[in-house]
Amino acid sequence: MVAFTIAILTMPIWLSPFGAAYPDLLQRFAIFGIFAIGFNILFGLTGYLSFGHATFLGVGSYAAVWSFKLFTMNVIPAIFFGTLLAGVFAVLIGFISLRRSGIYFSILTLAFAQMSYNLAYSVLTPITNGETGLQLSQTDPRIFDAAQSGSGLPITTLFGLKMSGYSGFYFTAVVLIIAFYISLRIFRSPFGLKLAAIKSNQNRMTYIGFNTRPYLMVAFVISGMYAGLAGSLLAVTDPLAGAERMQWTASGEVVLMTILGGMGTLIGPILGAGLIKYFENIFSAFNEQVLHEMFAFLPDFMGNILVAVINPFVGDGWHLMLGALFMVIVIFLPGGIMEGLQRIWGWIKKDRSRPDKNTADANTPRTREG
Amino acid sequence: MDALVLQTLNGLDKGGAYALIALGLTLAFGTLGIVNFAHGALFMLGAFCAVAVQKILTISMRVRDESITFFEAYKETPYLEIWWGDTGRLIIEYSVPISILLAIPVMALIGVAMERGLIRYFYKRSHAEQILVTFGLAIVLQEIVRQFFGANSIPMAPPSVVAGSANIGTFLGLSEALVYPWWRLIYLVFAVVVIGGVFSFLQFTTYGMVVRAGMADRDTVGLLGINIQRRFTVVFALAAVVAGLAGVMYTPVLPPDYTMGMDFLVLSFVVVVVGGMGSLPGAVAAGFLLGILQSFASLNEIKQLIPGIDQIIIYLVAVVILLVRPRGLMGRKGVMET
Repeated sequence: MVAFTIAILTMPIWLSPFGAAYPDLLQRFAIFGIFAIGFNILFGLTGYLSFGHATFLGVGSYAAVWSFKLFTMNVIPAIFFGTLLAGVFAVLIGFISLRRSGIYFSILTLAFAQMSYNLAYSVLTPITNGETGLQLSQTDPRIFDAAQSGSGLPITTLFGLKMSGYSGFYFTAVVLIIAFYISLRIFRSPFGLKLAAIKSNQNRMTYIGFNTRPYLMVAFVISGMYAGLAGSLLAVTDPLAGAERMQWTASGEVVLMTILGGMGTLIGPILGAGLIKYFENIFSAFNEQVLHEMFAFLPDFMGNILVAVINPFVGDGWHLMLGALFMVIVIFLPGGIMEGLQRIWGWIKKDRSRPDKNTADANTPRTREG
Repeated sequence: MDALVLQTLNGLDKGGAYALIALGLTLAFGTLGIVNFAHGALFMLGAFCAVAVQKILTISMRVRDESITFFEAYKETPYLEIWWGDTGRLIIEYSVPISILLAIPVMALIGVAMERGLIRYFYKRSHAEQILVTFGLAIVLQEIVRQFFGANSIPMAPPSVVAGSANIGTFLGLSEALVYPWWRLIYLVFAVVVIGGVFSFLQFTTYGMVVRAGMADRDTVGLLGINIQRRFTVVFALAAVVAGLAGVMYTPVLPPDYTMGMDFLVLSFVVVVVGGMGSLPGAVAAGFLLGILQSFASLNEIKQLIPGIDQIIIYLVAVVILLVRPRGLMGRKGVMET
């Protein structure tokens, strides 16, 4: 936990060699880390694959922006409302969706997500501002800080501290650390154990007279609230909200993050979220020119071949990379990066002390179940 | 009355597309037990078969435009037109029907490659993993198509013989103003024919009978000394062909772009679930049903009554059906219960 806190807070330092240490991207790391942690509480622990988690992200964003518009530019109420409203949505959707399990659950959550997305685009335009997205404007009431009237659009603040650049990152980082701590406690609590038991054999749980639905419900709502929190933080760092945040591809992305990092592990989802956001930002900035410069040290013809091979995977085509990566992970490493690390660790250990084979073997299967 | 007939036709049309895709999804699920999120991508690939054919047929060179005499004007003229004159022009015009011929072997090949290359390693994995890997595959296919054909949608024209609208109003004895595009009528007929073809293949041929037996009890059929795996591969290819044909025929209705597969995939998954996982008649019935419901919900009168209903009707119906009839309309017992 301490190591985690230090690692997160020093991210600007140790990420700078990778060219990722600018606040905008770091904020995204932290925010999508929260989103993925929350998703992991549901998917990693209970095995219920929700394809509609982006709904909560979108709801959180809208609620936060409305809080900015109506009340104050302070971020605390915005986060509060965002999380709360996402929680309410999660209760409603969870109440219906959790009646079914397996693929039906996935389809139900997907159906709800598509409904919210379509409604946000069409009928709810007065609330969501449709395709343009919900934005701040100078004429907003903002009843609590009406006194401030500067030129230009107001900036989100935490009691006067402006939420942009590094202060914004440190704020999201602190939230991420708190969120991580809560998820750590959930994972190690009896409640977390029960969720894991539901995943491994729900029938047996019901046979021994255990009503699983309230537990699933709580897990679903917690996970939805995490997503709402992430959504409101998105609005904090950049106060506008659009319906495309609720599209089902966004839900797919968080699944991908969790899988990539390692579902059911504590730190995995954050790693996955960070990696994907990193790819998105760094690789989509590459183009042919940059590639040619990168391989300038090679002989020309080799450089050209390499560029031709790599070019479809970067820049606009980074989604191709994402899809390919996704397939590779699911096919060869279902436990994600964490399983990979654990396997490597296992090999190292085996090499060091050959007779002690048991510990190395015991490490590998654990991630699969967890 | 006009509006009702029109919306019914619209609904049947849309339903035809849903039913064709859902049919393939159900085939893959019923035989191989695979939840294929890449099926929408197959639909999209079919559509882009047509685009590719059109592109190839209209490879052009610049020639002097003789009709303009004031200055030197050039225009792009397809080689086919230069070589064969009117015949060439006719071939270009019929590029959509021609691409059907091409799409069948291409899609079958893609289907077999997909099943042998990827899907067969996922029979024993959980449904969640199947969903994830096919979702990844869908992204990859989509992006590859985007690399080749760009991100914009490409308009396709049906042959000019059927480009206009049919006077179904006079035909049915209703008002003259009631017209409907020929091509969409053709699409409807085509969908019915393909669906009928698939069903009769499964119902009336020995091959189909074995496949159905395999769907019911795969192990026993295997024990009888039949290579059920090979037949399932063929069925998967068939599902790919059906999706591809649906895509080819849909191009004049909806200009194809690389994301069209995803949009249709979500809807047809809902269709499959409403119809009941693993039930072919259920998938077809639910496809047409949801198509009609959707187009009726977009009638102005209903939209005024319940705003926004046209956007969510399909999902709403899906939610209600899943809660009231957990197995869908015609689902069998014991399929995907957990």
